[in-house]
Amino acid sequence: MSTPTNAASPRDLAVVLVDDHAMFRTGVRAELGSTVRIVAEAGDVDEAIRAVEAYRPDVVLLDVHLPGGGGAEVLRRVATRYPDTKFLALSVSDAAEDVIGVIRAGARGYVTKNITGDELVDAIRRVAGGDAVFSPRLAGFVLDAFAGTIEVAQVDSDLDRLTEREREVMRLIARGYAYKEVAKALFISVKTVETHVSSVLRKLQLSSRHELTRWASDRRLI
Amino acid sequence: MLGGVAQGLADHLGVPVLWVRLAFVVSTLFQLAGVLAYVAFWVFVPLGSAAESPGLASATRRGLRRGSDEDAGPQSNRSTLQTAALVVLGVGVVWIVVGSDTVSTLVFPAVLAIAGFALIWRQADDRSLERWVRVTSGWQAALRIAAGTLLVLIAYAVFVAQLGGGLQSAAQLLAALVVAVAGALLLLGPWVVRLVSDLAAERRERVRSQERADVAAHLHDSVLQTLALLQKNAHDPATVATLARRQERELRDWLYGDRTPDDATLRSGLAADAAEIETTYRVPIEVVGVGDTDPDPDVDALRAAAREAMTNAAKHSGADRIDVYVEVAGAAAEVFVRDRGVGFDPEQVPEDRLGIRRSLVERMKRHRGTVDVRSAPGEGTEVRLVLPLVREPSSDGGRDTAPQGAEGGDA
Repeated sequence: MSTPTNAASPRDLAVVLVDDHAMFRTGVRAELGSTVRIVAEAGDVDEAIRAVEAYRPDVVLLDVHLPGGGGAEVLRRVATRYPDTKFLALSVSDAAEDVIGVIRAGARGYVTKNITGDELVDAIRRVAGGDAVFSPRLAGFVLDAFAGTIEVAQVDSDLDRLTEREREVMRLIARGYAYKEVAKALFISVKTVETHVSSVLRKLQLSSRHELTRWASDRRLI
Repeated sequence: MLGGVAQGLADHLGVPVLWVRLAFVVSTLFQLAGVLAYVAFWVFVPLGSAAESPGLASATRRGLRRGSDEDAGPQSNRSTLQTAALVVLGVGVVWIVVGSDTVSTLVFPAVLAIAGFALIWRQADDRSLERWVRVTSGWQAALRIAAGTLLVLIAYAVFVAQLGGGLQSAAQLLAALVVAVAGALLLLGPWVVRLVSDLAAERRERVRSQERADVAAHLHDSVLQTLALLQKNAHDPATVATLARRQERELRDWLYGDRTPDDATLRSGLAADAAEIETTYRVPIEVVGVGDTDPDPDVDALRAAAREAMTNAAKHSGADRIDVYVEVAGAAAEVFVRDRGVGFDPEQVPEDRLGIRRSLVERMKRHRGTVDVRSAPGEGTEVRLVLPLVREPSSDGGRDTAPQGAEGGDA
């Protein structure tokens, strides 16, 4: 990812680490070191909810697979109550239904567990600043989920399809472009790229478009 | 919501379930065809089973993620109401069509008989023998069977009484016997059918679990091998990283992948090529795809060109990762191969690399495709390959295009 634009120093960010593998938590803790404040760790859904309620962290690093119903269950139960807490999904699973499922439940981004420490810090910072973190793979899933949006003539609510610009941004991200590079390629500012990405995220979470719904139900997301 | 037949058909045909239900009701007008079709589907169509990748299935079992069954709540409630309404409508339609006075004497016992059968058949519609035993052992189940049988007997008696008024003649006795045997077949038939299909399912499940055990053993071997290799090569970070990544890819494919054979589609082919190049040149290659297409000579040429572009990037760019994006949409297939390596000035290409580029361009041109190379010193390189697809893109719409998604099974 490119250099972050928001000013908040990551050192001030309170982070809760949710993963059922203690070894992985230790690894992430070591990797993040002092770049963020890890205020609590949790190993299942209930612990995660308690930690969020107790610490009101800026960012929750949330494992997708978690005892008690998975990361999506945590999001379902607390995401709306604490709008200031942002969730970044972290997973070893690349399965589309898991990734899209957790995003639709309210996560602001998705990264795989083999992400480097620097990239993870950057992603945390980005999510905390209200932006969305899209990996190339997630962008691919999103394009797939919204497939059929090419027919511009179709009358539909704006919410339910990607604009041509948003599609372009998604395609560039899927091609491995960082936000900065996307901005350069499309002659727009990084801020505008971030706006587009956030709006795609919102559409993904709220959309009821037929194709998306069918795509999701094919994968038993809804 | 009776036997889930309409729902299953709707899933299979990809139409709203309401349409299927209406179709059943409407076809009931013609000699009760709808009812018969429903019953036939119920008995002979196997229950849909969800086929998930082992990793996801296991995560679901352990409660690490939500499965499919739990989310049915309010939807199924509405659906039950809908079914009930349609059943009532169907009965009404039959009533009107058949007429009230002349044939009601026949319709009434028929309805009774159908209700009786339905009660008994419901018992047979279970996933396993266990469940059958559990359901039938209670007093409720006994009551239900008794009620069903009683209804059928009453219906039969009424029917016979309406027809002849007695059992005097031998022919009538014979007919009654035939009817009784047919009735018995009807009663036991579904159960036997279900039992047989249960046996088959069990056999299938056993084969599948053996298969899984084999794969697990294979994976264990390969994981152990990799760990041994890692220890031996602990001094060489590049080798360690490559080994770990290859192992990760293998496990990931098995746990979460859709296990498409390497040459089955453009995307699986490209992923296989990328994996090979990654191992050879020790550069991670990330393949992301949207849409897919079956291989043909043109698509194979595209794949070969993409492979060349990936090899070039891995060999010359010095980048620490390569991004590959495949998109099959509408009338074209596109592949982007991007690295953030040293790049080069397209105006001053060394002779040998120019040769490679020419072969790439020539190859794509022969298949009506185009190649576009963008690069600048220090800014990396992006190769864009475009192949127009001439045939009908009809396979696009119905095709499942999820990159790693487990297939939803419907039978």
